[in-house]
Amino acid sequence: MYQTTYHRASSVDEAASLFAKGSEAKFLAGGQTLLPVMKQRLASPSDVIDLGKIKELIGVEASGDMLTVKAATPHYDVATSEAAKKTIPALAYLASLIGDPAVRYRGTIGGSIANNDPAADYPAALLALGATVKTSKRSIAAEDFFQGLFTTALEDGEIITAVSFPVPAKAGYAKMRHPASRFALTAVFVAQTKSGEIRVAATGASQSGVMRIPAIEAALKANWSPSALDNVSIPASGLLADIHGTAEYRANLVKVMAQRAVTAAG
Amino acid sequence: MSTVKLTVNGKAVAVDVEDRTLLVHLLRDHLNLTGTHVGCDTSQCGACVVHMDGKAVKSCTMLAGQADGANVTTIEGIAKGDELHPMQAAFRDNHGLQCGYCTPGMIMSAIDIVHRYGGQLDETTVRQELEGNICRCTGYHNIVKAVLDAAGRMKVSQAAE
Repeated sequence: MYQTTYHRASSVDEAASLFAKGSEAKFLAGGQTLLPVMKQRLASPSDVIDLGKIKELIGVEASGDMLTVKAATPHYDVATSEAAKKTIPALAYLASLIGDPAVRYRGTIGGSIANNDPAADYPAALLALGATVKTSKRSIAAEDFFQGLFTTALEDGEIITAVSFPVPAKAGYAKMRHPASRFALTAVFVAQTKSGEIRVAATGASQSGVMRIPAIEAALKANWSPSALDNVSIPASGLLADIHGTAEYRANLVKVMAQRAVTAAG
Repeated sequence: MSTVKLTVNGKAVAVDVEDRTLLVHLLRDHLNLTGTHVGCDTSQCGACVVHMDGKAVKSCTMLAGQADGANVTTIEGIAKGDELHPMQAAFRDNHGLQCGYCTPGMIMSAIDIVHRYGGQLDETTVRQELEGNICRCTGYHNIVKAVLDAAGRMKVSQAAE
């Protein structure tokens, strides 16, 4: 790891001003991605600004039809949160599948979505549930937030403070886990909103990162059941292909994971 | 350079380290606590697992500065004098180690698992929960046996306290 200067911020405002002072500063949340990347010398921030101890950024709260997960809340806390398990159990389940137990104690929702890895779990939930990303400057709809591989709408120095999820009527998540990395080889989040809209998002599949699947949404709108997807065919064009799976394999996984997610949602 | 102040195995320490120092290197190189191992150095293998404020974390994936003010327990800090921690004793009795390289991390993760699940542990759960710890001897069978054995012993020793 190259030399860097570590700062621990005690508030969002302090973090923003520390960031502005650094020449090539980076925010650090749980560090489960940034630190491995720094160790490989693929990133060399002049300053690392730790958001992990900012109290206003930690916690899970349900109020009315909204579940809010603050940005520096670790995956373990979401997976075990009574509020999350009661309102959106699929989200708590998703959090329980990220990485391994030690990673879940450290990794955070804000860090995950700011990084926007194309095979990360949370982006699928945000997109399918129609979540809103709250930042130190504004609110951003999930649709506008994710902008392709490792790319988001965040501006330099902008800090994610929370993610607000509208509580759905039903939701389910199914993931084909890569057994070594534990990222999604492909995973699908399905949701039926309280107003009856069907939203389906897949991660780990597309070359452009997390995406909605209109063909599956239409089929589930007509008939909310796994068998409704039997004759749906997902095109392989634009999907990821690597030594772990071809684009055609992932296309099929999108359908199969969607069916399993519908079963899980009930 | 920064001074990192933390409690390690019950003892308050202050260590001057470069800001890029990882927690595992603070423990091994500055405090000579070499029981915590560096295996893969890529957050995969779990040989570096220690407890920070009671939670099992990968000390190769934390800056030392992030542990400032924390209470850290390493493999050296779990026995009571000559009396092994029940998890250590169970690993010995069940031959839960072969080369021993992964053992400190396995034990620290396993104690965390028992704390979270109490007596509700079964083989499937132990195997799932140990997925962040890799044994390159592939000695998982006896490791799982040891964790299940220790879960019973830890329940008994908690009840006795």
